[in-house]
Amino acid sequence: MARVVVDVMPKPEILDPQGKAVQGALPRLGFQGVSEVRQGKRFELELEGEATEERMAQVHEMAATLLSNPVIEDYDVRVVQ
Amino acid sequence: MRIGVVTFPGSLDDVDARRAVRLAGAEPVALWHGDHDLKGVDAVVLPGGFSYGDYLRAGAIARFAPVMTEVSDAARGGLPVLGICNGFQILCESHLLPGALIRNDHRKFACLDQVVRIENNATPWTSAYAAGQEVTIVLKNGEGAYVADQHTLDLLEGEGRVVARYLNGNPNGSQRAIAGISNEAGNVVGLMPHPEHAVEDLCGPGTDGLGFFTSAIAALQNA
Repeated sequence: MARVVVDVMPKPEILDPQGKAVQGALPRLGFQGVSEVRQGKRFELELEGEATEERMAQVHEMAATLLSNPVIEDYDVRVVQ
Repeated sequence: MRIGVVTFPGSLDDVDARRAVRLAGAEPVALWHGDHDLKGVDAVVLPGGFSYGDYLRAGAIARFAPVMTEVSDAARGGLPVLGICNGFQILCESHLLPGALIRNDHRKFACLDQVVRIENNATPWTSAYAAGQEVTIVLKNGEGAYVADQHTLDLLEGEGRVVARYLNGNPNGSQRAIAGISNEAGNVVGLMPHPEHAVEDLCGPGTDGLGFFTSAIAALQNA
């Protein structure tokens, strides 16, 4: 069994209102010196069997078709175990 | 004339959309997300709401509902399709329309009577309006900011595919104050504000929204 992580982040040029809200809250809690916060999503997929090249190609397809919207988001896939 | 309205789990405005269809003079037909069946309708409305709880992204899961196979095929074949609010988000996720809808730039849910200008009255959903006509309909969204890359925005503007634009302020941070767009052929229109909530004088800001539905009926009669 393999665990694969897919990170999805808003593209740099896309406004991230959620990240901005978090950034705005930090100074109110006394945390200084954070110039930007971007908020994304992390998906953990448990694969049946090994993370073969074929299975990983499928994960990339999942990431591009469902887990992320390529118009506004970038994704990154990695095997963690 | 039969106009279908799809109900997804979490749709809110399907009943209002069917009512608007009826008030405009067509027969509303309830369509179900789980059926591979458009029941032979002449046009389709994807209504507002929070399909699948807006999980993942607004419209991302509804896009893969069984009925969307038929809606996508029919839309590419020229069937008039209007996506309102969540329906607009579903059309973008389906790649039937370019761009995407993200959270309002001011991070608050917007709910107001909104003036929009009809920029393109040549679509089957806007022909009842005069070009440049200003209409007041209801806007209510949390993720209504239309975004696309500059090339796509220029293309939409150049081809007259910006169907409606916000006036008197930009209520959600949409690029170029875009309230609605169409596909290249013009038969698929996505609109963030809700014309189906402005079809009777008793409730809502008037009857300016009725034109979207009477337009479709006129377009189908002329087809």
